[in-house]
Amino acid sequence: MKTEITFRLNGIERSLFVEPNDVLIDVLRTRLGIKSPKIGCDQGDCGTCTVFFNGKTVRSCLVLAIEADGGEIVTLEGLSENGPTPLQRAFADRNAFQCGFCAPGIILSATELLQKNPEPDRHEIQEAIAGNLCRCTGYTPVIDVIAEVAAKKTAGKNRKSR
Amino acid sequence: MPITHEFEFLRPSSLGDALSLLADRSGIKPLAGGTDLIVRLKNGQDTPSAVMDLKQLPELGGLAVKDGVLTIGAGVTFAELIESPLIRKHYPLLAEAAQTVASGGVRNRATLAGNIVSAVPSCDSATCLLVCDASVMAVSARGERAIPITEWFSGPRSTALQPDELVKCVRITLPEKKTGGCYVKLARYNGEDLAQAGVSVLVDSAKNYRVALSAVCPAPKRLRKTEIFLKGKRPTDKTLSEAVKLVALEVCAITDIRATVEYRAHMTGIMFKRCAAAAFARLEGKGPRYGEKLV
Ligand SMILES: Cc1cc2nc3c(=O)[nH]c(=O)nc-3n(C[C@@H](O)[C@@H](O)[C@H](O)COP(=O)(O)OP(=O)(O)OC[C@H]3O[C@@H](n4cnc5c(N)ncnc54)[C@H](O)[C@@H]3O)c2cc1C
Ligand code: FES
Ligand code: FES
Repeated sequence: MKTEITFRLNGIERSLFVEPNDVLIDVLRTRLGIKSPKIGCDQGDCGTCTVFFNGKTVRSCLVLAIEADGGEIVTLEGLSENGPTPLQRAFADRNAFQCGFCAPGIILSATELLQKNPEPDRHEIQEAIAGNLCRCTGYTPVIDVIAEVAAKKTAGKNRKSR
Repeated sequence: MPITHEFEFLRPSSLGDALSLLADRSGIKPLAGGTDLIVRLKNGQDTPSAVMDLKQLPELGGLAVKDGVLTIGAGVTFAELIESPLIRKHYPLLAEAAQTVASGGVRNRATLAGNIVSAVPSCDSATCLLVCDASVMAVSARGERAIPITEWFSGPRSTALQPDELVKCVRITLPEKKTGGCYVKLARYNGEDLAQAGVSVLVDSAKNYRVALSAVCPAPKRLRKTEIFLKGKRPTDKTLSEAVKLVALEVCAITDIRATVEYRAHMTGIMFKRCAAAAFARLEGKGPRYGEKLV
């Protein structure tokens, strides 16, 4: 039975009718035109479908669309509304991705990491993106960029507090 | 991949309503984080007539310590366990095991309760709940009952929970004595892989040991003979070499897609030794920090 759901998507309230068995990633991509989350494995393994759901990263291939009713979804599109974030700019400047398929997922996971832990060490960065598979880069440039942005943020903060 | 199977979606607003629904009709699957259930719906392994979301039920949430008992609500996710100061203080072993489950994006949704209800042999939360002597509070329209964790796992994907019951919470009585614990997980890589073998050891200051194993046998289990042998002893190389022989006798290792019997049996021995040594060292305020990989 189709049910109407309403949720905030990248800051804008959206309403639509969904079936109980509609999956969030499919609804985002095919009905709402949100193309940054990708369908990789469709089983929770690869992290390319990552979105923020009520402030936490989740695999949108493992969320029913109907569960989003009353909630808040932020995708990469919403993150860069006011232009690219420092993290995104650094990834672009360093050309850290290759094909870019994994990029939206990795950027969201790294964003969550830096929100929770502004000074992650290399191990913590690896841990935070361990669930985001990348077939191209070998991860090193990706980890380097996250470490670099974290170091810059911390340096900025220290300067201010002095 | 869309889910082709059709079902009704239920979102009861109270635990009472949820339990009446479960009592009145069959074919309802409770939904927590969905990290197992939605995969199974996609693959056609579960075909419920209705999926019932539990996340809005206040009765299932929350982590608390009261009167010496730690209560972990069924809605508590692995991410919440890892971040909880209560868990870090009272049961760092639980956070250590939670940290090995999948990846951050999965842990933000996956619950401990869902993990033990799914009860796959590689379930990462099983061994630490076994060595903590946890009990699972099951609730139904008929009432509430406590199921000791040692009676919970009855086989691969099989538990003591009845179809009309929900897990309300998991309870752990805090130990009176100081303890040290350790969970060692063997997997091919970090961040997504299910365990090929998992070992937990908990030891207290009177040198009472509890040892449990998962992924090696059809269901996670306590190794009572090994525990009795270790009682009162320091985990010296010699003692542990003796104990490993008992471990080998007590487990019934299996071959499956993740590892062979031989590999499992061999690695279980090595993991057990490191796990017991680390648990004891932690008891004495030494040893590797919680979360450090030992294999
Ligand atoms: C990519 C990936 C990697 C993973 N890696 C690991 C890993 O390394 N280690 C590991 O142990 N697990 C792993 N898992 C599985 C793990 O995420 C699940 O076991 C999870 O803990 C289940 O919890 P959930 O809240 O998602 O449950 P759901 O999927 O919502 O439910 C699981 C089952 O429990 C039932 N259920 C849920 N809550 C209740 C309740 N309160 N009362 C009664 N029944 C209930 C549901 O009906 C269903 O049958 C992985 C999963 C994925 C997708
Ligand atoms: S597509 Fe969702 S995790 Fe791979
Ligand atoms: S850059 Fe191609 S998958 Fe990561």
